[in-house]
Amino acid sequence: MPDSAAAAQTQAVQEPRVLTGNHFMLGDHACAEGALAAGLDFFAGYPITPSTEIAEHIARRLPPLGGRFVQMEDELGSMAAIIGASVAGARSLTATSGPGFSLMMENIGLAAMLEAPCVVANVQRASPSTGLPTMVGQSDILQARWGSHGDYGIIAYCPASPQECFDLTVRAFNDADRYRVPVFIMMDEVVGHMSERVIIPATDDVPVIRPKGPREPPTGKPFLSFAPDEDMVPPIAHAGRGYKVHMTGLTHDERGYPALDPETHDQLINRLVDKIRLNADDIILFEEIDVADADTIVISFGCTARSARHAVNEARAEGLKCGMLRMLTVWPFPETRIRELIQQGKVKRFIVPEVNLGQLRREVERLTQLPVICLNHAGGRMPTPEDILELIRT
Amino acid sequence: MTVTEHVIQPAANIHPIDKLLRADRLPHILCPGCGIGTVIHGYAHAIAGSGVTEDEHVCVSGIGCSGRAAGYVNVDSYHTTHGRALPFALGIAVHKPELNVTVISGDGDLTAIGGNHFIHAARRNVNLNVICINNFTYGMTGGQVGPTTPIGAKGSTAPLGAVEQPFNLPYLAKATGAVFVARWTILHVREFQDAVLRSMQKPGFCFIEVLSPCPTSFGRANNIGDGLHEVDIYRERCRIENGATNLEDLDIDLIDANKSITVGNFVDVERKPFMT
Repeated sequence: MPDSAAAAQTQAVQEPRVLTGNHFMLGDHACAEGALAAGLDFFAGYPITPSTEIAEHIARRLPPLGGRFVQMEDELGSMAAIIGASVAGARSLTATSGPGFSLMMENIGLAAMLEAPCVVANVQRASPSTGLPTMVGQSDILQARWGSHGDYGIIAYCPASPQECFDLTVRAFNDADRYRVPVFIMMDEVVGHMSERVIIPATDDVPVIRPKGPREPPTGKPFLSFAPDEDMVPPIAHAGRGYKVHMTGLTHDERGYPALDPETHDQLINRLVDKIRLNADDIILFEEIDVADADTIVISFGCTARSARHAVNEARAEGLKCGMLRMLTVWPFPETRIRELIQQGKVKRFIVPEVNLGQLRREVERLTQLPVICLNHAGGRMPTPEDILELIRT
Repeated sequence: MTVTEHVIQPAANIHPIDKLLRADRLPHILCPGCGIGTVIHGYAHAIAGSGVTEDEHVCVSGIGCSGRAAGYVNVDSYHTTHGRALPFALGIAVHKPELNVTVISGDGDLTAIGGNHFIHAARRNVNLNVICINNFTYGMTGGQVGPTTPIGAKGSTAPLGAVEQPFNLPYLAKATGAVFVARWTILHVREFQDAVLRSMQKPGFCFIEVLSPCPTSFGRANNIGDGLHEVDIYRERCRIENGATNLEDLDIDLIDANKSITVGNFVDVERKPFMT
């Protein structure tokens, strides 16, 4: 690397890209290691608590591996930069928290419209506004789905442990390329600042799915960057490969040329939504505990799921028919599975604990007439197992 | 004489820059008398003369009339969000340093909503060629005043005339770290084209302001007349001063007919480019 600072780093740090082995690792660092293992090429970000450790870790680890780390002037620029790197072929990442996530919304819409694969880690803190910068929140869940203007599809994962920060970050990069979408890792302060065992597999065991590229050399005709295959995802040609692509945030035809008519718009936007919606079964991950005979099911995600797990296990020990559905994917929402559980006829009520004032509760409520009991805190602390157990007992 | 005798056979009469334009996107959206086409023409000629194949050129634009420039050039081209062309281009230039990345956008896009990115891209000396088409107004939205509107000039959001001190863009670019700074107008076709070529061949943040008429939104509100009339103003009042050092004095006053407009290649210095 010609850059002298980076060259000095190369000499100073000789760590492999994939840190195979057992580690006691911070959640934020595990996210960073997941990105590196997935082949991260480019990071652009702006410091913000409680995500800063991701940027700091990547600033140290990425340049010696030949990748680029840029600390940008703000989150508007960070998001724009990772999209630029993405269309040039990079696996690209930014990391932020609520206030920065708000600023990124503008270009998250651009990423959705250009179908530029990229990954955003949002280590959530208590919000809105500056809120409680050092304390936990899960208050950006709906923003992740709906935050930019207009309709579009995205994917969002919620890790509940440092191990999942690693695993789901790898998966996020693969999904981003597979579906040509921005993918969010919706961490929270508790998970990001928690240290636990993280097992990093051998390099060959890290699943890496590359994007669909052009199937023929440049023809001289405009490359159809937005002509979907049967899975509704178009192949992507990166900058510098001779395809002379055009991409625009305007409504566009298959060539990427502006096509400002209602029919083209409706068709394009429906595809952006459908390519996620109709592939949801392949995208969605969840974990279930004792749901088969449960009359009470706790639906949970992120740090809250840790308390929920404890509470559900305690309740079972007390003989209560209680189970847990833990969402690793919050978007697309696992509504098919929740409907199945309802149709099985055993469940009488759901409990949805969240460190917000009921964002995912609304998603559950729209699926069922059964009681949906919420346990909410606006942020700063997560629910204890006792908080949840008390609700299960009542 | 029959009409068919005058049909041009395109295959036999290709203009040298035809292959650098997306002919399938014509006709363009630009108004009669607009200068943006001349800027695109200059950019295309610079590509042709750059010694680098068009496959290695990338064009990035923001939003607005000037932001449409990327859509007409036949290189990898990206029409991004308002103000974010520079950080988007940074991502490309940093990930693929072998590419020659040019940002073509407007004065409002680059220095109002994108002003923060502008000063930081210049400070970092990102390897970009930045062409700022300055028409003193927000053209596409109908002639609102912006950060380059001269004091006294009228716009739909300043019906009595602009009162704010406008940016002096070459001074701003130099102060924030650009290694090449020029100002030309679309009258100075050859000089502008040479400046773009110089910026393509020079590593680092190269900035070219190009004054360009917007007869529809700016000229009409300010009694300038059509596009040619504004070009007439350039012809009468522009003074070429290559290497000018008094960049702080290069404010543009379109209202006072006695004030000259200084154009030229002002800055050409060496500084280590960002991450190359």
